Amino acid sequence: MKSQVRDRGDVRIVELSGKITIGSGDVKIRELIDESLAAGKKSIVLDLAGVSTIDSSGIGEMVACYTTVTKKGGHLKLLRLSPKINDILQVTQLITVFEVFDDEAEAVRSFG
Amino acid sequence: MNATEAVNAHLVLASRFENIEVAERALHDLCAAAGCDGEQLYWVVTALREAMANAVRHGNRLQPERKVHVDLSVDSSAVTIRIDDEGEGFDPSLIPDPTVPENLLRPSGRGIFYMQQFMNRVQFSRAPGGGTSVLMIKHLQPTTRSAENEKPSP
Repeated sequence: MKSQVRDRGDVRIVELSGKITIGSGDVKIRELIDESLAAGKKSIVLDLAGVSTIDSSGIGEMVACYTTVTKKGGHLKLLRLSPKINDILQVTQLITVFEVFDDEAEAVRSFG
Repeated sequence: MNATEAVNAHLVLASRFENIEVAERALHDLCAAAGCDGEQLYWVVTALREAMANAVRHGNRLQPERKVHVDLSVDSSAVTIRIDDEGEGFDPSLIPDPTVPENLLRPSGRGIFYMQQFMNRVQFSRAPGGGTSVLMIKHLQPTTRSAENEKPSP
């Protein structure tokens, strides 16, 4: 998995690409979120447009990060799901947990 | 896809996460040899990865000397996957439903759910050595090459 991090105002945009799978990408997500929180960035957007595969460990890590950010008083939202990632969030019912956006500007504005 | 005879592979892999990629590669190669590909295989590969991850982590507990035995068979009508580990076995009925509201925020416990969603048949049994054996079958639709954005339903 590859990642690129940038800020739009107070919002941290974390762009992910490749595979988010057990033993590699799943751990990396956690590190990126921990770094964001340590930098005082509690409004976080995960841009998943470049993610080809996410296994149950990757999904589990995203859920764990959601819980961590929420407990810190922040918000973790998702941006640009591929059809397959969207299908996975649908079947796991996690689509009811995460706020999902197709447009980055709209996602940034949603933090208020 | 034209009718094909089954192509098969048997792999014996050390319990390392990187060997999930080896099993995935083997399945892709078999499917190419059998003349089947398409969107359906994305979900079959996803199920294979979950079963491998379970065998490596939960079955063999990341002990490389314990092996994961992978049998793959692909023909024009179905992909059949059997994965045996050398662990102590487990009762899959004890895994809680990850989609009920009280479990949605659990960080784990979705692997078997993935497998059941993406394959037509998932059956657990005792492996010959006492570990867990999982048999998974996916029936292939004849139009796999054009089945764009197929939903992950059995």
